[in-house]
Amino acid sequence: MANQTVTTAPRRSLPSMSVLGPIIALVLLVIMGALMNPNFLGAANITNVLARSAFIGIIAVGMTFVITAGGLDLSVGSMAAFVAALMILVMNAALPSLGVGVPVVLLGMLTALVAGLLAGLLNGFLITTVRIEAFIVTLGTMGIYRSLVTWLADGGTLSLNFDLRTFYRPVYFDGIFGIAWPIIVFALVVIIGEILMSKARFGRRCAATGSNEQVAHYSNVDVNRTRLLTYAMLGMLVGVATIMYVPRLGSASASTGVLWELEAIAAVIIGGTVLKGGFGRVWGTVIGVLILSLIDNILNLTDLVSPYLNGAIQGIIIILAVILQREAKAKG
Amino acid sequence: MTYMRTILTGAALAALGTAAMAQDETKVIGVSIPAATHGWAGGMNFHAQAAVERLEEVYPQLDFVLSTASDPAQQVNDIEDMLATRDISALVVLPFESEPLTAPVQAVSEAGAWVTVVDRGLAVEGIDDLYVAGDNPGFGRVAGEYMAEKMPDGGNIVVLRGIPTTIDNERVEGFQAAIEGSGIEIIGMEHGNWNRDESFNVMQDFLSRHEQIDAVWASDDDMAVGVLAAIDAAGRDDVQFVLGGAGMKEMVKRVMDGDAMIPADVTYPPSMIATAIEMTAVGMTSTTPVSGTFTIGSVLITPENAEQFYYPDSPF
Repeated sequence: MANQTVTTAPRRSLPSMSVLGPIIALVLLVIMGALMNPNFLGAANITNVLARSAFIGIIAVGMTFVITAGGLDLSVGSMAAFVAALMILVMNAALPSLGVGVPVVLLGMLTALVAGLLAGLLNGFLITTVRIEAFIVTLGTMGIYRSLVTWLADGGTLSLNFDLRTFYRPVYFDGIFGIAWPIIVFALVVIIGEILMSKARFGRRCAATGSNEQVAHYSNVDVNRTRLLTYAMLGMLVGVATIMYVPRLGSASASTGVLWELEAIAAVIIGGTVLKGGFGRVWGTVIGVLILSLIDNILNLTDLVSPYLNGAIQGIIIILAVILQREAKAKG
Repeated sequence: MTYMRTILTGAALAALGTAAMAQDETKVIGVSIPAATHGWAGGMNFHAQAAVERLEEVYPQLDFVLSTASDPAQQVNDIEDMLATRDISALVVLPFESEPLTAPVQAVSEAGAWVTVVDRGLAVEGIDDLYVAGDNPGFGRVAGEYMAEKMPDGGNIVVLRGIPTTIDNERVEGFQAAIEGSGIEIIGMEHGNWNRDESFNVMQDFLSRHEQIDAVWASDDDMAVGVLAAIDAAGRDDVQFVLGGAGMKEMVKRVMDGDAMIPADVTYPPSMIATAIEMTAVGMTSTTPVSGTFTIGSVLITPENAEQFYYPDSPF
């Protein structure tokens, strides 16, 4: 049902190139990696790649909804750094009274979720109620959060108390059944996101809003509320990503999360979501995220290409993905 | 005052300073530096601020304008504003990039102001009256010599490089020259871009790729933090030590405490900006000659001398 209302792609026995393209690219990358280095498919390497993809991945799932509803958020990288900084400050401050243990960690997690949610609501409020372009609002908040982090860290680095870090560390590095926590959380976020996008009313409302605001409005979709919810959800997911990020190095600085917003947007677009809105694919976003981090991983595992060209290769893949989308649309 | 240095731009500062212009005797020294977007730059901002505060008390006849820029274009604007609205007698500049800053700084010099260039040279020679810099080839050489001495039987090492720049090239060339013939082999070299997260990822991939890594030249303390976390997480015990650089206080502390993984560090002091401001102030207020080139050597920090490089108050 959902697909019929939002996509213009023709119904055929074979899926279109916009569906197949990213999958083929991912499969090719995996084969290439396996041929180049025997350790590529080892459990340790796969765990590393998936765990480090989790931050961008969790954020990119939220970004899929924002873009599908016709919006954009450039502030997520700075927001993640700001939330991480707040979380570290709160945890360090609460340490003397609570001591090293689960309560401090829970307090930190709550801080991250609430701060992320509020930051997302602020973006959404300025965009839907004050009616400022999403691009402008989030460009503004991007600068605000980035300088707030620099200010909070006094130009240096905020570090989590060492004992607390040792206690909190397993949240990034450990897991159950040998699967690291960031991977589990990422998978859960993807499953919930996919259900919301393709099965729930919320996903249809996002697509309708992004496809044609006027039509959506006359179809009894509360356009503003839908948009606001997508930004709030993205903000909260930034909080979730930060909860996974902080235990890794236990620190936040002005260089935390730089360019995450562009990586998240790139992953969404590579995965087949339309940048202009109206059509989104959560599972496609996952493939996009994996493609981007596999390129990095493969380039580090071989000496084949100069590392200077890493960005160029990512750029080519982003452009190719959009060309494939356009061809699929033109045929419809 | 602490947050003003990061938030106020040169233009805003210039607007505040009209009162100072009324006094004929006062000389204004403009200081233009990159914003505190990573650890070393954060330390540099701290030392610049501290030097300005101290010197304003010592020399009542001097006024300082400090501006921090987050990209070369903004730095050009800052400098143009300083010249146009603050009538600066001297400029202390740490160029974001050499090429784009050359012409604007040349304009300052042609307007008759004293120019002190810090750390990164300009593209045209003869513009600066005073050049204060760290020793980049020396930074690599000292690290390489230490590695060669620490590993007399040779071994396999990996290298994390900074952001692709002339600075980084000079350091790596110095390092490679110093380990030549020592039996140490560089089995992997990638850019960690002076960033913890990226270095963590690069080190994870190095550990997947190589069975045996004897030591790491992280070439920077921020990158060393990421490298150490990756080694720790992989549970590998083949890596004997990690050599960083720049003199981050946490790393100096570890050297001081005799940590076997961080046996030493190589300085590249962010406080060189303070040296430059101080020398410029002397040049403005006395007849002491200060023009020329002042190179701040890269020193090996060991447990024996670590204490004198430890600044617990600095953010870096």
